Amino acid sequence: MDRPLTQDIKNDGTWLTLKEYEQVGGYQALRKALKLSPQEVIEMVKDSGLRGRGGAGFATGLKWSLVPTGDDVPKPKYLIANGDEMEPGTFKDRLLLEGNPHQLLEGMIIGAYAIQANFSYVFLRWAYHTAAKAIIQSIGEAYDAGYLGENILGSFFNLEMSLHTSVGRYMCGEETALLNALEGKRANPRAKPPFPVVSGLFGKATVLNNIETLSNVPHIINKGSQWFMDLSLTGEGGTKLYGASGKVKKPGLWELPLGTTFREILEQHAGGMMEGFQFKGALPGGGSTDFLTTEHLDVPMDYTHVSKVGSRMGTGTIIVLDDKTCVVGMVRNLEHFFAQESCGWCTPCREGLPWTEKLLIALEEGDGKMEDLDILSFQTHYMAPGHTFCALAPGAMEPLQSALKYFRADFERHIHEHKCPWK
Amino acid sequence: MAKIFIDNVAYEVDGSQNLLAACLSLGLNLTYFCWHPALHSVGACRQCGILKYRDENDTKGRIMMACMEPAAEGTRISIEAPQAREFRAANIEALMINHPHDCPVCDEGGECHLQDMTLMSGHNYRRYRFKKRTHTNQYLGPFINHEMNRCIQCYRCVRFYNDYAGGKDFSVFAAHDDVYFGRYEPGVLESEFSGNLVEVCPTGVFTDKTLKQHYTRKWDLTNAPSVCHQCGLGCNILAGERYGTIRRILSRFNGDVNGYFLCDRGRFGYEYVNSEKRIPHPLKKKDGVFQGMEADAMIEDLKKLTSAKGKMMGIGSPRASLESNFLLRELVGPENFYAGVPKTEGKLLKTVIDILRDGRVRTPSMSEAATYDAVFILGEDITNTAPMLALSIRQAAKNKPREKTKAMKIADWNDAAIREIVQGEKGPLFIAAVQPTKLEEIATNCYHGHPDGIARLGAAVAHNINDQLPGVDLDTETETLAATVAEALLAAKKPLIVSGTGLYNEAILHAAANLAYALKDQDKAVGLIYAVPEVNSIGLALMADRYLEDAFEEAKAAPVATTVILENDLYQRMDKDSVDDFFNRSEDRVVLDCLAGDTGLNATYVLPAGTFAESDGTVVNNEGRAQRFYQVHVPKTSARSSWKWLNAIVQDGTRNFDGIVENMIKVFPIFQEVKSVAPSADYRKGTEKIPREPHRYSGRTAMHANENVSEPKPPSDPDSALSFTMEGYLGKPPSSIIPFFWSPGWNSVQAINKYQIEVGGALHGGNPGKRLFESSPDRQLVYFKDTPQPFSPQQGRWCVLPLYHIYGSDELSAQSTAVKQRIPAPYIALNDQDAKEGGYAKDDQVELFLGGRKHAFPVVLEPGLPRGIAGLPKGLEQTKGVLFPFWTELKHLKNE
Repeated sequence: MDRPLTQDIKNDGTWLTLKEYEQVGGYQALRKALKLSPQEVIEMVKDSGLRGRGGAGFATGLKWSLVPTGDDVPKPKYLIANGDEMEPGTFKDRLLLEGNPHQLLEGMIIGAYAIQANFSYVFLRWAYHTAAKAIIQSIGEAYDAGYLGENILGSFFNLEMSLHTSVGRYMCGEETALLNALEGKRANPRAKPPFPVVSGLFGKATVLNNIETLSNVPHIINKGSQWFMDLSLTGEGGTKLYGASGKVKKPGLWELPLGTTFREILEQHAGGMMEGFQFKGALPGGGSTDFLTTEHLDVPMDYTHVSKVGSRMGTGTIIVLDDKTCVVGMVRNLEHFFAQESCGWCTPCREGLPWTEKLLIALEEGDGKMEDLDILSFQTHYMAPGHTFCALAPGAMEPLQSALKYFRADFERHIHEHKCPWK
Repeated sequence: MAKIFIDNVAYEVDGSQNLLAACLSLGLNLTYFCWHPALHSVGACRQCGILKYRDENDTKGRIMMACMEPAAEGTRISIEAPQAREFRAANIEALMINHPHDCPVCDEGGECHLQDMTLMSGHNYRRYRFKKRTHTNQYLGPFINHEMNRCIQCYRCVRFYNDYAGGKDFSVFAAHDDVYFGRYEPGVLESEFSGNLVEVCPTGVFTDKTLKQHYTRKWDLTNAPSVCHQCGLGCNILAGERYGTIRRILSRFNGDVNGYFLCDRGRFGYEYVNSEKRIPHPLKKKDGVFQGMEADAMIEDLKKLTSAKGKMMGIGSPRASLESNFLLRELVGPENFYAGVPKTEGKLLKTVIDILRDGRVRTPSMSEAATYDAVFILGEDITNTAPMLALSIRQAAKNKPREKTKAMKIADWNDAAIREIVQGEKGPLFIAAVQPTKLEEIATNCYHGHPDGIARLGAAVAHNINDQLPGVDLDTETETLAATVAEALLAAKKPLIVSGTGLYNEAILHAAANLAYALKDQDKAVGLIYAVPEVNSIGLALMADRYLEDAFEEAKAAPVATTVILENDLYQRMDKDSVDDFFNRSEDRVVLDCLAGDTGLNATYVLPAGTFAESDGTVVNNEGRAQRFYQVHVPKTSARSSWKWLNAIVQDGTRNFDGIVENMIKVFPIFQEVKSVAPSADYRKGTEKIPREPHRYSGRTAMHANENVSEPKPPSDPDSALSFTMEGYLGKPPSSIIPFFWSPGWNSVQAINKYQIEVGGALHGGNPGKRLFESSPDRQLVYFKDTPQPFSPQQGRWCVLPLYHIYGSDELSAQSTAVKQRIPAPYIALNDQDAKEGGYAKDDQVELFLGGRKHAFPVVLEPGLPRGIAGLPKGLEQTKGVLFPFWTELKHLKNE
């Protein structure tokens, strides 16, 4: 089984230096890509079926192809690697950042070449201190080796790169809010259109890709689109870093073919539930995805199949809910996070999330009323996609709306028993 | 135009608008907060949710924000669909969870956009049962009251204050439901436009602190359409009165002049109207003591006095209306009428009129000024002399950088997207001034020099544009600057030249005109704006061509029996000794004024003149636009329009306002259009007059009950189509006589929407005001040929120039309680190198002679001031009557 993303990562807690990365074939893809036209690179990525691994699953090649080209396009264009991994339960990019930073850098340089961007940033979550060290060292090495800077490998292509460590707001992971943060402004999202590919960082054409997405790029160039497409079980292209947390025997992170079933991940790789705990449900792709339950265990984890059963693959890192954990408490904890991380720009998110959190606290404290369930349900409609300015609040509603759907009885017990039955 | 369908009804709308603007322009009711017709769309509040359908087969639709969707051809939406209505009501419910519901004690109550929108949305029962978040409030200075708990986080305040008006000391802090709008620490808001927060804020977070001192609900105010008297721009205002005092000023929308906004001097400078220094009744001096008189008896006295033999003189005023000045001229005879300004100022105003009337370059209105794409300001510190023009220039400076958004097909209303692309880029804006001015923060490049140097730079730029014009010897740096400015002006589609009379330098006015002519010769759509000192400076200059010095000379030549001084404290304009001497040469001095000033003290007869609040009249602004202002109320005092006093004294005193205008036009045909500035006094809508009071005006039977239980007959108004009552025509009056903006369901200032042809556009019936003169493209261009010599500093002597202050340099607003708190202490500004060489340190006392009298001022070091020049604040109590520029020696008073 091919594990292109993680196969080279060492197990000693150190990252691959440039030398080590080159020894495993590093920067060969860049050499190859620079001999192709930018258009050919984009075509290869398009054909590979690579989709954004940050959660939204937008086709990477298509995004690149939307960047305006030509001499009259305002310069510079930018490529940004979004490493602001703050989705609850998600820790997949961290492995790639801390384990194989040059793989990311090579992907970024190829991506920048494809869209003819001359500036690139790694936008990093503030808490990822090790990753920051790895990126800083690797950028330095890449400059020294001529992979960054002017006239890269004699190609006449120039690219500058630097690291930006965020100040630590979930909102910064939203690509347009990230742009504002990078410009030194409040991390409020921006309206689309115009999309960042047209007007992004400092108003210039900008592509933002997830760390995992970009890390795939060198392998696609090296081994071809078809190879990448064939890696997956369900035809969406590539492998995926899947994770599991919660009361499973072996919480962790695994690179598996895209389309591996929910059951295989939980039972084979995570080792099943810990003794004394029953699987009750799970958030398949981070805190802002809908619960799946036992009936969904055989669903292949890819973009299409998970959305067919009413959830999203999101980041692919599963948070498991067991029978000894109060679902109201779990959702309350998530809503607390989302309410706190709301930027305060649009009304539904700014006002709706704290209200939601307060209702859930009331339920947990035994002060809930039956009308509260109606209000919670109202909130999930009020904060639906399109009603809010960005995807934060609709994402925040996903665990709530599915919890109300699958575990309504648990909510009602809180009200009838005037306390949390799990406490 | 685009055809769109709203609730299955087809409409023709302007396709370049967004759907919210389109719906509002159609007169439909749709709730909104963050969108503002001047600030456009950002999509933050989510209050204008509508259902948008993909096509005619789509029956489900999706909730979209109307403000963020284009009114594109074929668009199908529903405002009334239940899902859309429910969403908007839900959004209000959410906004309300932290709103304190303190309407009864809130100054915004009764004119609150949040109240209106809440009602419109249909939301009434709030299900939220938890604690509300609270904030502490900030002290924001004497103008604005802050009550953050009422905030619904629409972000309009920061978008106006920072993005639109360029403020830097205000922001949004914190995040989630804790966002806070204010300053980083309590303190005075620095922007000259902070008062607009009162109108921009949809609820009671930012309210008018001066109104709070004498609070009255909107519905209890007697209002009149008026014109701001605090500078020469003539911004349109609404003034509201109750119990005999003016309570507040609001912007009266005029799409050609001030649009939605006002400066803080205009908004808060009204309080002099309520001043204790107001002259309440006619006074006659007997044995050196003033004695009160009945108005009629006084008129009889003055009739006798003015018809007796003996020489009469009349001193007019740039702060009095055309009608008052005209009647004074009639009373004393044309040969005895003098413009009440110094020659230096009067001549400059003549020059301005000559250039604007007889030149070939058009002077744009203030709102047009915001549409130019390159600006060069010569000499005038417009932030302090014509503040709202500075706000227009701030918008103009955004135009060139915005061009690229057109190429990217970003709609003009998509404010956030435009700002992202423009990235705060400004210009081209060039400023040549004596000292660093506030607009420099957005300028491309600046020059500081003596006014003659500024004129020389202007000439050099003109030479760069047309080498037939004389060249100027300049240092290399200034020469390069001249070339840069010329290049930018030539590259622009619409270059704008701004100058003014503030520095009392004719060469600057000429240089500005030459520059504009040169650009016109290159077929540029160039504009030329001059700022002028006072509300009716231009109007007075059109009527008189002799000045104070002439009057003083004349008085010396032959004894004067009676001098009549109209709304003019001569001690503000000329030195004390000359004015004293002038008064001494006249047997009787009749003074008409509103505040008791030194001129009034020297009078033998004093007539209480109305301020703008108690007067009708016409004034002419800097672009030559005649505008009418109306009396707000009939005061209990004898104060009334000066022309009413004069009309009664002149023998045929039976004319009403329109009759006076008729007479004036006969004498001065240039005032022909004054007649059509507003409807005549006999105008009726149907059979009704336009009421100054809203139909909900309360307490009128009670408010006089302490005097008489019978309700008094309301005063009549023979001079206008307005009435002093709440009865009359309830619909929308002609645009020039709108006393307040109100429409069913729209109690806040946002009701303006309902008075416009399309939102943000002109008022129904056209924006008020008429141009008295226009440039004409077929006129011959005659270039001025008087480039001055370079300025040379003198050893031991200083050239003293005026420095202007928005608060303090204007005589009347400086008498207002709130404005007083913002007036700087007097000072003398010196170049820091000069000061160093002369041994002056900051705050050292320096003595100089002003009008023959010793004055001492502390030193302020100003590195941007050119060497050899000292700056003195214009118009402060300590510097009044100073004629700039002048040369002086300075004496260093050692600090003990």
